[in-house]
Amino acid sequence: MSALRFAGTGRGRVGLVILGFVLAVALLGPFFAPHDPAALVGAPGSSPSGASPLGTDGLGRDVLSRVLWGGRSVLWLSLSATALAFVVGTLIGAVAGYSRSLLDPLLMRLVDVVLSFPPILFILIIATGVGESELILVIEVAIVLAPGLARIVYSATREISVRGYTEAAVARGERTSAILAREILPNILGPLIANLGLTVTFSVLLIAAVNFLGVGLQPPAANWALMISENRDILSINAWATVVPAGLIGLLTIGVNLVGDAISHTLGVAGRQAPTLTPGAAELTPAAELVR
Amino acid sequence: MSRPGGPLLSVRDLTVVLTSGQPVIQDVCLSLDPGQTLGVVGESGSGKTTTALALLGYARPGMRITSGELEISGERVALTDEKAARGVRGRLVSHVPQDPSTNLNPALRVAGAIGDVVHEHRPRVGVDSAVFDILERVHLPATRAFARRFPHQLSGGQKQRVLIACALVCEPPLIVLDEPTTGLDVVTQARILEEVERLHRDRDIAMIYVSHDIAVISQVADYVAVMYGGFVVEQGATDQVLSRPRHPYTRGLVASVPDHTAPRRLRGIAGVAIGLEDRPPGCPFAPRCGQSVDRCSVELPRLEHVDGRSVRCFEAGRTPPIARGDAVARHPTDGGDALLSVEHLTAVHRVGRQTVVATDDVSFRVHNGSCVALVGESGSGKTTIARAIAGLHRPTAGRILLAGAALAPRAQKRPLEHRRRCQIIFQDPYESLNPRVRIINEVARPARVLRGLSKKEAASEAARLLERVRMPADLAAVFPGELSGGERQRVAIARALAAGPDLLVCDEITSALDVSVQAAVIELLDELRASLSLSLLFITHNLGVVASIADYVLILDQGRVCEQGAVDRVFSDPQSPRTAELLAAAPVLRAVL
Repeated sequence: MSALRFAGTGRGRVGLVILGFVLAVALLGPFFAPHDPAALVGAPGSSPSGASPLGTDGLGRDVLSRVLWGGRSVLWLSLSATALAFVVGTLIGAVAGYSRSLLDPLLMRLVDVVLSFPPILFILIIATGVGESELILVIEVAIVLAPGLARIVYSATREISVRGYTEAAVARGERTSAILAREILPNILGPLIANLGLTVTFSVLLIAAVNFLGVGLQPPAANWALMISENRDILSINAWATVVPAGLIGLLTIGVNLVGDAISHTLGVAGRQAPTLTPGAAELTPAAELVR
Repeated sequence: MSRPGGPLLSVRDLTVVLTSGQPVIQDVCLSLDPGQTLGVVGESGSGKTTTALALLGYARPGMRITSGELEISGERVALTDEKAARGVRGRLVSHVPQDPSTNLNPALRVAGAIGDVVHEHRPRVGVDSAVFDILERVHLPATRAFARRFPHQLSGGQKQRVLIACALVCEPPLIVLDEPTTGLDVVTQARILEEVERLHRDRDIAMIYVSHDIAVISQVADYVAVMYGGFVVEQGATDQVLSRPRHPYTRGLVASVPDHTAPRRLRGIAGVAIGLEDRPPGCPFAPRCGQSVDRCSVELPRLEHVDGRSVRCFEAGRTPPIARGDAVARHPTDGGDALLSVEHLTAVHRVGRQTVVATDDVSFRVHNGSCVALVGESGSGKTTIARAIAGLHRPTAGRILLAGAALAPRAQKRPLEHRRRCQIIFQDPYESLNPRVRIINEVARPARVLRGLSKKEAASEAARLLERVRMPADLAAVFPGELSGGERQRVAIARALAAGPDLLVCDEITSALDVSVQAAVIELLDELRASLSLSLLFITHNLGVVASIADYVLILDQGRVCEQGAVDRVFSDPQSPRTAELLAAAPVLRAVL
């Protein structure tokens, strides 16, 4: 299957290993946690010891246990926000890009309006108005991320919708939904997947940032992003409490980016098209190079 | 053929390889006397541009010159040594690149572009006077205002002249022109060719002219080198080589060239041009060759002197003379029922707030079983007419009738029967097939949507049609990315046929193809038209193609019809000055038959 060929590339393999490691920590971690993540097990900010291999945090909770428990919510929040953003962004971008009607300017100006808000301010305003919960946080992050994706999908769709195969489908009188599903979406997957890694990264960082500001997740929930903000005060006493969750978030984003890159690269190679129109037109000569 | 004093230029054993070691061109030897022109002709992938660049000691990134020695005006330079080769560029050899639109730096004014070259190679000459001198010589206005223009303020032809000026300004004895007229319309092309001829005559400059267009080569070159698969396969005096080719590839190439002055049925070369990766150990042409013997596929023939030229073929003695193709049978173009009538069609394009009239009051008819050609330069509105007929562009005025019934302006609003009976094939084979759909499914789709066939019936219909357009059965399940341009265009034809149409609208479907492939596609269309009683609306800028397939022709100029009539009448006795101009400018293969 061509979609899995990315695993054969160097980038893809390294990305899969890193991603696999982070997923294993997040999903299986709770089964191996030595303590309850909320239990106080020692003196606040104590250094690593036999009972707490990564020491304790500012309240005296076991850092290792909190790291092992804290991945699930990071994963599900950022991944579901990303998924929602992709669905909404693709829908808006593809419909606006394909329709040559009033829908196009309407949808795209709406996208511009949302893009013009500073994302954190936007989330804070909604949180103040609507309230706070994990679901609302996911929706807020998705709303922030969707416009950027919509613009990418929009320009890719505009390009594909004047290609011969799309026009042939239009001339056959196919329904718009069939044209979007068969001719357009499969051909804009490349740029979409290339953005997957970046979007996941951005949503993790965004969730971490609003948590830091006290919106979204609240203590005592164990969460890598939250841990970074909770433990910044004891950075000089037990650095592990911030460095380990920060490192795991870093690995997560690197892994997702490598895998996304590898997939879009193999997709790009599979769907590569010769750009030449006239015989020899692709053989452009760097003339400047020859003048020298 | 050499004059006393020896040749101006000789190149020996020129080989360029990819960094992987795969050869791109091999053992190319060329020689040229002062003031002569050598044409290098070949189809895409033959290595002609690589050869042109290597003559300046340059290899594009990813390629390396591994052997080759250039002797020019008595100086010897190893082309493998880029530093040494730089000393030759500009002073002894200069280069005119293809595609003038991308080869001028958009941030440099005309004077700056030419001045740069002067500055680099003749630092002691006054830049200003040199710029004005050279502008005058290439027939551009030698005014301060013109020299201050940016490339976007020039026409395509003017840009090409500026590039030629850049090449000439240091007065080298040899210039290498790489497809200098590809992408220009025929009238501009004819003027540039005239210019090249004149410079050649007046200044005694030797030229190497690289082109895929054998008709152009036949007009400008004294000697010709035919390239295929990285080798020179035949080389000699132009008249001799083109009128009695000894290499089967040269013969096939010459037979593929359509000629509007002597219309005949075209015969293409079977098979596809060889790619870089799948060059066989023996003769590169052996897989497509009709006269190959066992030895050809294992052993590479050497260039040998046969009949006054060099040929790389074991069986050169057996190559038959070019047979004159059958005359084109024209269908009657009056009387009978019109399948398609276009009445007073007017359509505009909106560019920002401006509207540009693309098609202005165009009327014509396509009779059952006939082929009507729309001819014009880019911007003449011919594609807009095709799109309006297919329901992709809404006309602002006029009617389109299919078998007497008016067609709705948008395809979506047309009844199924109308959509089925009229099919369009697009220009660019690289964009006309969905890269994510296997070709058998791509062809089956119209049969399902427009003829209501079941999935299974549509698949077997698609397989039948792919065979009909001579696609090998084992390619049915591949994605378009694995096909060549000619193969893709065959699939696009099969897709159009899957609807069971009465009318095929072919929008420049051969202009992106090599000439041997173009001939094969036209041969196929002609045959399909007869056996399926199709009517064709054939849109092209190539008058030779019109002469070899169409019955009736409309000449378009800036959206208006300036002349229409039966092909033979229009071509032999043009009434409109624009038609006469186009006919005079279209290159014709000289000295054949």
